[in-house]
Amino acid sequence: MTQKAWIPYVLVAPAVIFLGVLFILPLVQTLAMSVSDENGLSLANYTRMLGDLNFADALRNTFLLTLVAVPAQIVLALVMATMIAKIGRGRDLVLWVWVIPLAISDLAAGLAWLSILQSNGYLNSALHGLGLLDGPTPWLTQETPLALFVGIALAEIWRATAIVLVILVAGMQLIPKEYAEAAEVFGASPWQRFTRVTLPLLKPSIQSALILRTVLAFEVFAVVYALGGRNFPVLVGEAYVWQGENQNTGVAAAYAALIMLISMIATAVYIRVLRTPREQMA
Amino acid sequence: MNPAMSGPRRWLFWAGVAILILWVLLPIWLVAMGAFGGRPAVFQWPKSLLPGSLSLSHMAAFMNVEGVANAFLNSLIAAAVTVVLSVALGAPAGYALARYAFRGADAFKLLVLLTRAFPLAILALPLAVAFIRVGLYDSPFGVALMHTVLALPFAVLVTQSLFMGIPRELEEAAWVFGCSPIQAFFKVVMPLAVPGLTATAIFAFVISWNEVFAASVLTVRERTLTAYLLGVLSESPLHTRFAGGLVLILPSVLFVFAVRKWLFTVWGISGK
Amino acid sequence: MTNLTRRSLLAAGAALAAAPTAAQAQAGDLAFLSTQLRPVEEATKMREIILRSAPVRTTYVTDEPQNLTTRMRAEAQAGRRTVSLVGALHGELQPLAAEYLDPLDDVAATLADRGIPQNLLTLGKFGTAQQRYIPWMQATYIMAAHRRALEFLPAGADINALSYEQLNAWAGAIRQRTNQRRLGFPAGPRGLMARFFQGYLYPSFTGGVVRSFRAPEAVGAWEAMKAMWANASPASTTYNFMQEPLAAGEVWIAFDHVARLLDALRGAPNDFVTFPAPAGPMGRGYMPVIAGLGIARGAPNRAGAVSVIEYLSRPATQLRLAAETGFFPVVRAELPADLPPAVRLAANAIAATQNARDARVSLLPVGLGDKGGEFNKVYMDTFQRIVLRNENIRTVLDAEANALRTVMNATGAPCWSPDAPSDGACPVA
Repeated sequence: MTQKAWIPYVLVAPAVIFLGVLFILPLVQTLAMSVSDENGLSLANYTRMLGDLNFADALRNTFLLTLVAVPAQIVLALVMATMIAKIGRGRDLVLWVWVIPLAISDLAAGLAWLSILQSNGYLNSALHGLGLLDGPTPWLTQETPLALFVGIALAEIWRATAIVLVILVAGMQLIPKEYAEAAEVFGASPWQRFTRVTLPLLKPSIQSALILRTVLAFEVFAVVYALGGRNFPVLVGEAYVWQGENQNTGVAAAYAALIMLISMIATAVYIRVLRTPREQMA
Repeated sequence: MNPAMSGPRRWLFWAGVAILILWVLLPIWLVAMGAFGGRPAVFQWPKSLLPGSLSLSHMAAFMNVEGVANAFLNSLIAAAVTVVLSVALGAPAGYALARYAFRGADAFKLLVLLTRAFPLAILALPLAVAFIRVGLYDSPFGVALMHTVLALPFAVLVTQSLFMGIPRELEEAAWVFGCSPIQAFFKVVMPLAVPGLTATAIFAFVISWNEVFAASVLTVRERTLTAYLLGVLSESPLHTRFAGGLVLILPSVLFVFAVRKWLFTVWGISGK
Repeated sequence: MTNLTRRSLLAAGAALAAAPTAAQAQAGDLAFLSTQLRPVEEATKMREIILRSAPVRTTYVTDEPQNLTTRMRAEAQAGRRTVSLVGALHGELQPLAAEYLDPLDDVAATLADRGIPQNLLTLGKFGTAQQRYIPWMQATYIMAAHRRALEFLPAGADINALSYEQLNAWAGAIRQRTNQRRLGFPAGPRGLMARFFQGYLYPSFTGGVVRSFRAPEAVGAWEAMKAMWANASPASTTYNFMQEPLAAGEVWIAFDHVARLLDALRGAPNDFVTFPAPAGPMGRGYMPVIAGLGIARGAPNRAGAVSVIEYLSRPATQLRLAAETGFFPVVRAELPADLPPAVRLAANAIAATQNARDARVSLLPVGLGDKGGEFNKVYMDTFQRIVLRNENIRTVLDAEANALRTVMNATGAPCWSPDAPSDGACPVA
């Protein structure tokens, strides 16, 4: 087959060239922008970014949101995936409904939750109906940071659990039924079957889901913007403000580089920690 | 259905399923309420879950605003081109990754994943300049190029698992019967891959349809729908925002419904 | 790569692309990019009412101010332009002036008899010798209140001549007696709060904007702001346009740009009153807002753009614009007696502001180039630290004064009214 060794390269080439021109090139340009100012190479943009009023908040908020939302999504998706495995008729319909948020733009998702969480929104209307509230109560303001955080986390969990669900259901389908049946024969309880058989075999899928979701979580923006405006700074939001309002592309580029760095570190950590030995995958 | 589930547990199980279904559908329903209810509904307190005074006139007024219909058309064009490009570029790459073990395969996969680690909106300025030079500025084509960058990772990885699922033996059997590798591919592999490729195409369509920021920066007059909405949304009254939100949501949801069987197959989550 | 891509793309999509894009390539067509009159309803009015009778067929495109510079820069860098006419605020045109706007002295000459005030025309030169924009329309910031708030007005206060103390007492009375905070400020991400600090708070308390940034009087200004904030709706940090909360009854007293209050006034003109912003120890500061029309350098249709500028400068057009949008004429034009009630309300407040005996004009910043955003950021950061985070006023003022100094020195911008003129960059005392 050696004379065909060039085939894979030819097949891959168009995609590589495409990404090279439309992604790598502008990426390098942007990174270059982040380490230069009017006088050439300098770290001035990074200094500015680190010293900015909102930087610490943006960093903390982005991490907190990721830390809270991602595990919640994984757990919720595991529950949903297990349920799907047990449904016979109507499985496809239920799965379709649960997957809908995947098809929704995050801007639209932010709007949907805004209608719920506004001070005269549906949540407050419901609480009012139950007698728990007197009148319109603001949840999304500066002065209620905890409520604002919970609201944003809820919206993010609603929006992004679907993609974890898809990955986990796909992974579950690959687990041969014989394993679980064998465990049952040996007297394992449902919980033991889940934690000892299903979960370990799902590790590759969970790893994929964690990597994907975490990287995307660090880029959260539209939902936060729709619900909180500038009350809840996040990294991409700050980059957007520096690029747009403050007209300073250098600092915006610095934020972008930081986000990329964090994403790559997180990916490396997940790959290390959730390493799957070959035998388990066979 | 697991026969081991007894009465109360079954009830609990289905209650759980119903709650989760409601959890997903409720926010969308509420956007629709906001869109059809117009200005009076938005200010109403307390709000009711069921339609009070609804009318199509608000949505109609929104759709009639100048530029919306044109933007709709542009979104379609951009999404269609995205589909063609991402399948044309991604499928061969996915095939290569599935069938061949070659040096650089891992590097290529890393490159593909890297595109997701970077917030693409920041690349606006360098790309806008480049696009103007080659005449792609302010055109759905230029937008489609950026969207393809977004959709390509999915296309590559999904077609890779797709082709991995089609046994190599089928192609080799075709070779034995005298087909050239290319003929074997098109006669044997493609028919089996079409459902999966279609689903990939639909997914690329949805990605392009929903994308907001790149589209906003790369267009002036030939706006896509999302770019148009982002521009007017932040300063429109609330009922207009909900109308725009509904217009964003409905097509994607309907598309995914239409092709859910194929989509599920390619994602590996179809029923047994 | 480019040739190949171009050819293959064109070949593949010629049919698809032809329909929408061919429409633009006709002679006489004009692309008018504006950052003003963006919301759907106002943009529709521009298209259907104002521009319908323009001498050249005009495509009205709106965009957000932050995208304006990106777009002009990108177009200029690549040497190809789609936009001919640009309409934007003074501060938004400023970063574009030197490199991306055509000199308009010829146009200004032909409009000499329209009666555009000289000081506005001078603003359009950005401190240089050449005219970079023709003033298009003007507005300012006023206050509006729902009538039901009037019963809480402190005794003896004249609503058309309030002081900040009285405003605070008013909002405080509402809070004490109804347990709700009904004062509202546009402190949202797209709100114009920075202008409140630059054009209203600072001149009224300190008599200056930059020079007096950390003066002792500034401490008094921020203390007054903190007091008012305690009586203001906490959702103010999400308000971009005050007309919505005002119309919804969430807020009873609001400060904002005229055009961002108009919708509420239009909806129920008999329910609202309008009045000038309050006065502080040093007078009643106010900031006129000027929007201007510029022609992009290298515009595809300069002649068309000039004729549209002429059309938009006609008194009849400007009066129509005032009636529809709340932006008032810059040319000599008598406001007719049959103005819609909402516009009449706005016009009254504006007149009261401009004619107040203790009025102090705070001009728009001149000479800040593309650092306008960072200039605003100093004031907004100061607000965030002092009012929202409760930091020590003196410490914050000293720290942010350094940031302000950096901006002024980087741009070399000289002082502008109400600060006394300076040689070179405006100093922060």
